[in-house]
Amino acid sequence: MVLDALRDFYETANANPHRGAYALSVRATECYHQARVRIAQFLGVADSDCLIFTRGTTEGLNLVAGSWGMANVASGDEIVVTALDHHANFVPWQVLAMRKGAKFRVCELTADGRIDLDFLAGMLNSKTRIVAFSHVSNALGTINPLAEIVRMVREKSDAILVCDGAQSAPHFPVSFDSLGVDFYAFSGHKMLGPMGIGGLVGTRAMLEEMPPYQTGGDMIEFVHDDRTTWNVLPHKFEAGTPNAANAVGLAAAVEYLDNIGMDVVIQHERSLMSLAQERLSAIKDLQIYGPPPAERSGVVSFTMSDVHPHDLATILDGEGVCIRAGHHCAQPLMRRLDVAATARASFYVYNDESDIDALVSGIIKAREIFGYVTA
Amino acid sequence: MSQPDRSAEISALYQEMILDHYRRPRNKGTLEKADASVEMKNPLCGDEIGLQVEFDGSAVHDLKFSGRGCSISQASASMMTQLVKGKSRDEIDVIRNQFRDLMLGVTSAEDESRLGSLRSLSGVARFPARVKCALLAWNALESALEGRP
Repeated sequence: MVLDALRDFYETANANPHRGAYALSVRATECYHQARVRIAQFLGVADSDCLIFTRGTTEGLNLVAGSWGMANVASGDEIVVTALDHHANFVPWQVLAMRKGAKFRVCELTADGRIDLDFLAGMLNSKTRIVAFSHVSNALGTINPLAEIVRMVREKSDAILVCDGAQSAPHFPVSFDSLGVDFYAFSGHKMLGPMGIGGLVGTRAMLEEMPPYQTGGDMIEFVHDDRTTWNVLPHKFEAGTPNAANAVGLAAAVEYLDNIGMDVVIQHERSLMSLAQERLSAIKDLQIYGPPPAERSGVVSFTMSDVHPHDLATILDGEGVCIRAGHHCAQPLMRRLDVAATARASFYVYNDESDIDALVSGIIKAREIFGYVTA
Repeated sequence: MSQPDRSAEISALYQEMILDHYRRPRNKGTLEKADASVEMKNPLCGDEIGLQVEFDGSAVHDLKFSGRGCSISQASASMMTQLVKGKSRDEIDVIRNQFRDLMLGVTSAEDESRLGSLRSLSGVARFPARVKCALLAWNALESALEGRP
């Protein structure tokens, strides 16, 4: 479906949106607009102009840091992130804090890999300007208590809330309008869409007051010799030729997911994850990280005492099983878990029980190769 | 690539020699007096190697490594320390280049008789994602030798 949508766009609408008076450009504009409306609908965004297309979650978060952050954070302010976050929701804020002379603060975690809410409560004050957190941890799968975090932050500070949704949008129903956060960023390639497309959703009030992130074509209204005025939302934040084809591809992906039903997606993953947890727990010397399966989404992160995650990943690759081995772009978390790397098996709509069989037999094979090594 | 081929390549990768060095690393530890100490990390995967070298003129008199990581990175470090001990800078450069060629698939194990136990790592060339693991200790050694006569 996604590949068909891409092909169809390139065959019938391959022109620059918002440019030409010719029919092909008009069609491209329409396709691009409809894609935005469809994806906004999927994410529960009533005002689709508040969905800005980006290259992915990373760019969406950098957009907020570069635009809202640079315009609003001052020396002495405080920015809060969590130790659970992906580097993409950690480093942009760290850099922003350094540029502005703000204080960069990292919220600690509980032993089982959850945000320590008491710790968070103690960090919030009138100086807190930004609280950035992930809806779901990419490394451990922890589903964070978003509503509780929102309530706590609103009560104790005037901070804006930035949510990394890279791991929630693909895995369960998300309705931005009722989340209560100011910004929510997501990636298309994690939800069956093409690479290099994703988005940032923000409230209209926030987005309208923010300065542009990048400047150039399409994002302008009038360009005078001495000044320029900005286009309206969403175009203000989409300088240059947009990735219209991939937006259309992502719209096809969310259509596909909606046809399955996001409730069905999460149930399917839950049952696979519970089975994987049960089967993996039975393997000697295998340690699983993070909270219990019912409080996780999509992944099982683990180590085995005598086989390094890299060796495990190579051996599993030979069995046709692709797992991620490494720090999962979450080095602050790995330091707190006191591991250099973990192995992480991920589940999605295309997986079934036979994949877990292959995973388990691959792990046993790895044990056989390395079995006599004692850590 | 078909599945059986990949499985055979994996069996070829994890040679007994590699597992032996991983299980019982040689020259692991720290030197009491080192002329050069280098820490090297592979940021993508978290492999870590610390290397300490004691020189005797331009030759490596003694060396030890520390660190943690996958079997390939640790075995490569262990084998390297055995092979370069007592050798001159020029000799080490030759070995290092030969080993690099082996890892990049430019040469095969048969061509590189001087590499000794390191030849057991030749299977790594078929796993581009793992080449950096095998070269980590060698990059640390290159850094330790930098600026030496």
